[in-house]
Amino acid sequence: MATSLIDADSLLAIDVGSINTRASLFDVVDGSYRFLASGSALTTAHAPYFDIGEGIRMALDRLQVITGRTLIGADEQLILPSRADGSGVDKVCATLSVGQPLKIVAVGLLEDVSLESVRRLASSTYARLMDTINLTDRRKTETRMDTILRIRPDLILVAGGTEGGASQSVLKLLEAIGLACYLMPQEQRPDVLYAGNQELKPQVQEALGKLANVTFAPNVRPTLTEEDLEPATVHLASVYRSVRSRKLTGVQELDAWAGGGLIPTATGFGRVIRFLSRVYDQSKGVLGIDVGAFSTTLAAAFSGELFMGVHSQLGMSANLTQVFDLSEDGELMRWLHLPIPPDDVRDYLYNKSLFAGSLPATAEDLDIEQAIARQLMRLALLKTSEGFPARVFRYGPQLTPWFEPIFASGAVITQAPSPAHSLLMLLDGLQPTGVTTLAIDYNHILPSLGAAAATNPVLAVQVLEPNTFVSLGTVISPVSEAKPGTPILRVRMLQDDNSETALEIKQGSLEMLHLPIGKVARLELRPLQRTDVGMGAAGRGGGLRVVGGVLGVVIDARGRPLRLPEDAVQRREMIEKWRWALGI
Amino acid sequence: MLAPVSHILPLTLIRRERLLPIPGRVVVRKGQKVSATDVVAEARLAPEHMLLDIARSLGLSREKADQHIVCKAGSPVAQGDVLAGPVGFTQRLVRAPRSGKVIVAGDGQVLMELDAPPYELRAGLPGIVSELVGDRGVVIETTGALIQGVWGNGRIDFGLMYVLARSPDDALSPDQLDVSMRGSVILASHCASAEVLKAAGELPLRGLILGSMDSSLYSMAVKMRFPIIILDGFGHIPMNSSAFKLLTSNNRREVSLNAEPRDRYREARPEIVIELPAPEHVSAPRETDIFSPNQVVRILRPPYEGKVGVLIKVRSGRTSLPNGILTQVADVKLENGETVIVPLANMEVLA
Repeated sequence: MATSLIDADSLLAIDVGSINTRASLFDVVDGSYRFLASGSALTTAHAPYFDIGEGIRMALDRLQVITGRTLIGADEQLILPSRADGSGVDKVCATLSVGQPLKIVAVGLLEDVSLESVRRLASSTYARLMDTINLTDRRKTETRMDTILRIRPDLILVAGGTEGGASQSVLKLLEAIGLACYLMPQEQRPDVLYAGNQELKPQVQEALGKLANVTFAPNVRPTLTEEDLEPATVHLASVYRSVRSRKLTGVQELDAWAGGGLIPTATGFGRVIRFLSRVYDQSKGVLGIDVGAFSTTLAAAFSGELFMGVHSQLGMSANLTQVFDLSEDGELMRWLHLPIPPDDVRDYLYNKSLFAGSLPATAEDLDIEQAIARQLMRLALLKTSEGFPARVFRYGPQLTPWFEPIFASGAVITQAPSPAHSLLMLLDGLQPTGVTTLAIDYNHILPSLGAAAATNPVLAVQVLEPNTFVSLGTVISPVSEAKPGTPILRVRMLQDDNSETALEIKQGSLEMLHLPIGKVARLELRPLQRTDVGMGAAGRGGGLRVVGGVLGVVIDARGRPLRLPEDAVQRREMIEKWRWALGI
Repeated sequence: MLAPVSHILPLTLIRRERLLPIPGRVVVRKGQKVSATDVVAEARLAPEHMLLDIARSLGLSREKADQHIVCKAGSPVAQGDVLAGPVGFTQRLVRAPRSGKVIVAGDGQVLMELDAPPYELRAGLPGIVSELVGDRGVVIETTGALIQGVWGNGRIDFGLMYVLARSPDDALSPDQLDVSMRGSVILASHCASAEVLKAAGELPLRGLILGSMDSSLYSMAVKMRFPIIILDGFGHIPMNSSAFKLLTSNNRREVSLNAEPRDRYREARPEIVIELPAPEHVSAPRETDIFSPNQVVRILRPPYEGKVGVLIKVRSGRTSLPNGILTQVADVKLENGETVIVPLANMEVLA
């Protein structure tokens, strides 16, 4: 990904999360952009501050201390652009995820066509779908209107009608919206994002333009068989910014620093994952997962086609009590390796909801926290993968498609006691198949690079060099029907110094091959028992070049999907064995 | 590092803004004395509407129907009042199906807002209305003891407090509740039994203050008609000593409970107020702080959850916890003299 440097502006990236605010500095080092450092502080969007500016200021103070670079002037303002004495920065980009998820009402003509597209559009940002309206909705207009009044949505997403298609039925659906907006106090009226039949824009403007802030986006369903969400997601990001600016103090100023380019954190994250999917092996997708305190974001891209799932009900804290509801019986408990009673787990979930930013300080709490992370990743992947295109290869309906690489972030992963903890959480939660690399974004800079790409693509490309992220290792996850204990794969690893390691892998095992970080080796795989190692067919082997990560090369032969013993004692023993294999 | 602050104070100035979520009507006047349950403002939060198709009912075009609509936007109508007509040989009429207010009349239709009881915003604490905030609400001020909790079931009430907590961690049993406690507020350390909540509901109580409660009772607690405030968390957590001492020393005093759930984005959290006379210049507590030595802190998470101590030192850099997590920590001297390491993320300042 070497790119010539054409723009040498320094960049300050500010990300305002639900718990932490980060300020990251990028500048040119040895002719190429590099991530220099980041400073963080608690986010101050909530009581008693109610102004994100305070947290930003503290994160900048921290960054000044770390880098020794003056960023704030004597007038207490950010120095923008930089000065000859080296103080300040040239550009700012900003991402934001703090705040209650947007309350959305989705409107579409047909339940499984335009409404489904609108649902998917809503899931690309921090939102909670409160209600849907469509042609088959039998409620009276005034009942729909009362529902909107009761919900008081932040945004109404409207689609419907293919290009040149239905018109009157779409306009009919707008009646309840118009009436509801008319009856709401001006300052509480929702934004409306229209992404339906483009011929209707004048009528939609006529019907709603005086009552609400209406934004028009290209049709998400130009034809019955074609879905095009991408242009609408850009408009949705803009509406998100506008809603947040109205509700959170300090957002407008941050957006002004960023030249009006503030975007949702998830949008920046998705943008980078999509870009990388064009760069890496096109036969596989690229996956990114961010397990946050109030949401889990999953971005999967296949040859430039992005699938986003921002799961606002799946967070590590405030919505945790819902994890029990969303999980089938015992699904969360099965990930525990310590004998913790279900009542204690439930108490933990409720207390974590009360103290969102708190940390697990005991072995038991850490075990529960990591079990939750596994379950959140599992649920987010299963939900988002429902929208993956049929052309994407996977071994079975519930199995993870091929991804190379997989990026992960979120405090539960990046602040785990060791890289092995992070790796095992990711393997359990995502259950990758074939050959992949697991990389950790310790500084949470992927979303910022997505935001920066809009104004400084060179920076984004150069910082995206592999050494910006910490590779946990290359992971080979064979898929086999063999019984546990049966040899399924022979592995030979040849290093540059001619040293050789050979292993016979048994079904059900988890093995680690030592390969120092950054070192290259050749791996020869000889599958047995018609095992598929991602070489194109079951039983097909071959050689591949691998790069060592923190944990070298890992072979996860525990089976796909990963099936844990029903018996709790046996299950804990098995998990303990796997932890031991990774040195935990 | 910024420190979250909780108040457990024997005497302070308490000033609370109480606002409707939408514009409405303030029903108290400045300077008025209110109790926690008094209504201070009201609004139609979720009004029900009815859209009447006058044109269809009269069998006319929309334009012609408009000529026969006899009600005007904004006018109140009683059930049975004529909205449109008479029309034709049979003198067809359209009457109001229920009482309410006409919102829009025209284009062959009438939109009515139906009468319904308004949403009532209660004071939440006793005191004097010190300020009116337009059509949105009021500011109430009082002096007294203030104890903030971590969870509440959304109810508001007040009553005489009976202290049933013998120690910070004993569990309340149903047989401790008797008819003499009817209409009172009970202070107990822990609740682990649905029978207790059932008995409390049957009396009924006017409030229950707990140090902790089993999370299995969550759904039941939410449904109880009286306020329940939890001070320290879910599970069996001893009540923090600061709250225990303050509350037990106020036995048989009138206490007000606003069990408003904690909301990060509003200044809302469950609170107990014991109104007390105060000297003229009592000041409001500080709401923000930075972790620093000599602060009294409460620990929120295991292994020392619910314990109160004095912050001795904030350690520089990050320190490894016994479970391997690296984080910023402080040395905290607990009340039993033991000094322990606590992540800054797991404590709050009591001020």
